[in-house]
Amino acid sequence: MSSNSQTLTPQVTPDVGGPATVAEGRRRGRPPAPGAGQERKKSLTARIRRDKVMLLLIAPGFLYFVVFHYVPLAGNIIAFLDYKPYLGFMDSVWVGLDNFAAMFQDGAFWEALRNTLVITGLQLALFFPVPICLALLLNSIVSNKIRKFVQSVVYLPHFIGWVIIVAVFSEVLGATGAVPHLLENLGLPRFDAMTTPEFFPFLVTIQSIWKDAGWGTIIFLAALMNVDQELYEAAAVDGANARHRLWHITLPGIMPVIVLLLILNLGSILSVGFEQIVLQRDNVGPGAGEVLDTYVYFHGIQDGQWGPAAAVGLVKGIVGLILVLGANKLAHFFGQEGVYSNGKSK
Amino acid sequence: MANPSSTLAAGLGRRPKSRPKNGPKPKDTRPVWMEKPKPAVQLSKAIALVVICFLALYPLLAVLATSLSSQSEIANNNGLVLFPKEPTFAAYQTIFAGGVVTDALIRSLVITTVGTALSLVVTVAMAYGLTRRDLVGGRFFLMTALFTMLFSPGIIPSFLMVKELGLLDSYAALVLPTLMSAFNLVVVRSFFMNLPQELFEAAKIDGAGDFRILVQMVLPLSRGVLAVVGLFYAVGYWNAFFNAMLYLNDDNWPLSMILRQYVLLGQPMGDSAVAEIAVPSQAIQMAVVVISLIPIVIVFPFLQRYFTKGVLTGAIKG
Repeated sequence: MSSNSQTLTPQVTPDVGGPATVAEGRRRGRPPAPGAGQERKKSLTARIRRDKVMLLLIAPGFLYFVVFHYVPLAGNIIAFLDYKPYLGFMDSVWVGLDNFAAMFQDGAFWEALRNTLVITGLQLALFFPVPICLALLLNSIVSNKIRKFVQSVVYLPHFIGWVIIVAVFSEVLGATGAVPHLLENLGLPRFDAMTTPEFFPFLVTIQSIWKDAGWGTIIFLAALMNVDQELYEAAAVDGANARHRLWHITLPGIMPVIVLLLILNLGSILSVGFEQIVLQRDNVGPGAGEVLDTYVYFHGIQDGQWGPAAAVGLVKGIVGLILVLGANKLAHFFGQEGVYSNGKSK
Repeated sequence: MANPSSTLAAGLGRRPKSRPKNGPKPKDTRPVWMEKPKPAVQLSKAIALVVICFLALYPLLAVLATSLSSQSEIANNNGLVLFPKEPTFAAYQTIFAGGVVTDALIRSLVITTVGTALSLVVTVAMAYGLTRRDLVGGRFFLMTALFTMLFSPGIIPSFLMVKELGLLDSYAALVLPTLMSAFNLVVVRSFFMNLPQELFEAAKIDGAGDFRILVQMVLPLSRGVLAVVGLFYAVGYWNAFFNAMLYLNDDNWPLSMILRQYVLLGQPMGDSAVAEIAVPSQAIQMAVVVISLIPIVIVFPFLQRYFTKGVLTGAIKG
């Protein structure tokens, strides 16, 4: 790893930001040393010549990120325009913050915001604990064969697309499906879970659990593996029973990971599965089924209110970014001991 | 599930932390210090496992069974059949007789194959380029990629970008906008960086160029991670419908959009003039679901053993 040119560039400035890895610090500390002009220039061209294959390999990917992520990011300027497709970016009228003002006065926007928060909140409350419990259960299976089998079964739904999942759910829960018939046969009132607006947040959450709860166990299982096994033995020798060990060893052992994931989830409370909801929004109507992302899609691309819809998208993006960054900061604060050190030792 | 000694008391089955690759297989035994589990605990655990597997698999099996049933049997069973008495492939015959689903299936297969190949090439190339620690601009390129995990440009600007590039109504619109994910890039890159670097340095001293090292040494050592990342990409392309909904008109739809149109929205199959199949019966709808499930179910078992590694590298390093 210590190639020649690295030892030739001695100006390793210590990183003020704190505990990055050694490699990280080295990389950050690379550039300019004042006064080293001539020599550096020479070494730079030499380095470019040395790295030309690597740079060529990077080029297509870099181009992709620029064209499909960074340039569209600049396209958010549309939120300040009265955009008309036939006029384009240049000739559409600049309206300043009008689109944002309109957004705050639009009842549909507040409805979409409320629905988004209700759904993500419900997912946090109902979905989040499921992978943890499932991982504890899986971890307690001694037989490798059975554990592997159950793991395969619960991972599978993660790879099934939302169109298929929604189709399957309407088959089972929908008006003509098995569950409503079962309820009817039992003499209970008919209940169509797919089209009842009040039930929609629960429906979405149940679908998410079915699809991703098993997949979510992976990270907790890894955390469980990292709990020091000798603690269990010592505790057992001292007379701790299974429940004691769960409470005093297992849970504290995986707590850093739980906290970390909880914080990261909090960081994305403005985002719900777009594909999942756009498929089902019309079953329950926008009053219950509209979330921020679908609002942008239906109002912008479908109805042609480009500017106002882009304003909503931009606000969502910025607030979301702030939340994610904040969550990451917080997670570093809490999680450094747990996940990050474990990760490095691997 | 019948073997009672295989389920165990609360949360604490002990097993070797990591299995040594060439060592003996770990034994499925309870450590000596652990008390014998109570039968009640074991039983409830076994029941929980069975229920979980049932909940995960029942909907899929029901879909399969329904697709093999006749319409009258479906009606008799109130919509869902679990064991068709007289299995029939009529639904599948109907589907493949009309061209709509067949065409969409081929389209989807081609898009998925080409897209996955392109994605893998671009991802591997960039990941490998970024493994050099003192690369010119290396940190800048890496950050450019990583920041895309934090924000999304938004639906409308992305749509307009595709439109401006003239990709509307072309298959490129299904591939290019989702060509690479920074997450997969990180997974591949950290895998490459964990390979024994001395090997490559030795090759370099022997005169091998960067590209040759990638093709002849790095790639053969990376089959596992390529399989996982390839699977992630392939599943993404296979399942994607929203890009098709945005960018394509209905002559060019992939299977996922056909599924949405004819199964979720219940619209008649085939163009209205011909009306090959009127309103599709439930068996036919479910047969389309099964067809779109098959590739996933086939590929899944082969790649399963790589999942944990792939996901964790990405989660931790990212």
